[in-house]
Amino acid sequence: MRPLAHSLALAAVLAGVGAAWAHAGELPAARESALSYLVRQDCGACHGMTLKGGLGRALLPEALKEADVESVARIILDGVPGTPMPPWRGLLSGAEARWIARALKEGRIQ
Amino acid sequence: MRRVLAMLAVILLEIAAPARAMELRGTGNLGIVIERASGSVQVVDVGARASLGRIEGLGDLSHATAVFSPDQRYAFVFGRDGGLTKLDLLTRTIVKRVMQAGNSIGGAISDDGRLIAVSNYKPGGVRVFDSATLEPVANIPAVYGKSGALSKTVGLVDAPGRRFIFTLYDAGEIWIADFSRGLDPVITKFTDVGALPYDALITGDGRHYIAGLFGEDGLAHIDLWADPPKVERILDGYGRGEKKLPVYKMPHLEGWAQAGDRFVLPAVGHHEVLAMDARTFREVGRVAVHGQPIFAVARPDGRQVWVNFAHPLNDTVQVIDVPTLKIVHEFKPGPAVLHLEFTPRGNEVWISVRDSDKVVVYDTRTFEKLAELPVAKPSGIFFTARANRIGL
Repeated sequence: MRPLAHSLALAAVLAGVGAAWAHAGELPAARESALSYLVRQDCGACHGMTLKGGLGRALLPEALKEADVESVARIILDGVPGTPMPPWRGLLSGAEARWIARALKEGRIQ
Repeated sequence: MRRVLAMLAVILLEIAAPARAMELRGTGNLGIVIERASGSVQVVDVGARASLGRIEGLGDLSHATAVFSPDQRYAFVFGRDGGLTKLDLLTRTIVKRVMQAGNSIGGAISDDGRLIAVSNYKPGGVRVFDSATLEPVANIPAVYGKSGALSKTVGLVDAPGRRFIFTLYDAGEIWIADFSRGLDPVITKFTDVGALPYDALITGDGRHYIAGLFGEDGLAHIDLWADPPKVERILDGYGRGEKKLPVYKMPHLEGWAQAGDRFVLPAVGHHEVLAMDARTFREVGRVAVHGQPIFAVARPDGRQVWVNFAHPLNDTVQVIDVPTLKIVHEFKPGPAVLHLEFTPRGNEVWISVRDSDKVVVYDTRTFEKLAELPVAKPSGIFFTARANRIGL
């Protein structure tokens, strides 16, 4: 983590405004690349490896334009009842779900 | 002098044709392994447990499947991106490739080998091609409801009598497209088959079509020998009273579910494999397994069923003894076991282990590892013996 991000994160924690990781928008690099791999390979089973959609909807930035990070993260964590989208809570933390949501919206899933 | 002549002969032959086409051989023990992330396939020699080479340039092959021409020389590969590619397994080249839709999920070849049908998510429906030329010959949009929306199609199989059968995921319908009288198919529709049918199978005799339902505990069954055929619910409410577990990957259904006088099928949302009598279609037992089953594949003799699992429990394979419905073997081939394919008589099984970038071959009686092949992000494994089987 960069020093500036670190002090921002620290400040956020000290100020008691909530999740420092999510605020800084960063996870350890190894975890970010593991999450990217998970999204492409395993979420890709339904959403397509290129995220253009399949049985599940497309997850490209264009398709998620109208959705905010928090609501995408909530869908990842809680699933969509009545559809095959399962809740990933238990396998992914809130910070990880928010990282995925943001990375999807910004087209940063490698 | 003789050596010079021999060399000249070799040079002339090399000019006349690609060297690899020179080898005189049959195709009955060939196969392909999909390299899902790199848009390539490896052509394999099943008997030698060896790769013969790689064919590249097939587009997005995540979830790709394949069928074979009746002469077992050509493979038709269905890519996720709508690509339909015809491969020559002998020359290991692409014969023809067409982009036929935006988003696809598998296909089938007609009983006479003349027609290739592709199941599409976008635009929802089935498109049919001439297997010789890949020219389009028919288009069946999966229109449903009053709005005229198109449904994603799944579970596309061939059926005897130059028919294709497929399932409309969004609409909850099953359609039969009959091409026996020409290229303008007669369509028979079955509506209200159940909620969210996600995949389907046809039995090896071409008689029973069974669609799995994601939205309810049960399956939709059509006896194609009945006159007229109708849809019946089977294994209705198999998970009754139990809480559904999250399903991180959709199970798959194929004709190999029939193991002797039983069907063995993955439950959805329950870590169980369901056993059903093949004549009465009633449950005869269930086996608690390691995770959400994805493939439950009968060894060709029907004595065993091998099962792999959804993320995050996908490093494990379990082997069920069909007569006793007991797990007789469990092992971990490696991270992300995606698919398995038996040799035609079931003595060996090939297993793709995506995250280890390898395919591993096992003896199905001793469970001994026989070989490992380096394959980049392997998924589907398809042997040419499928060419001679209904529904594969």
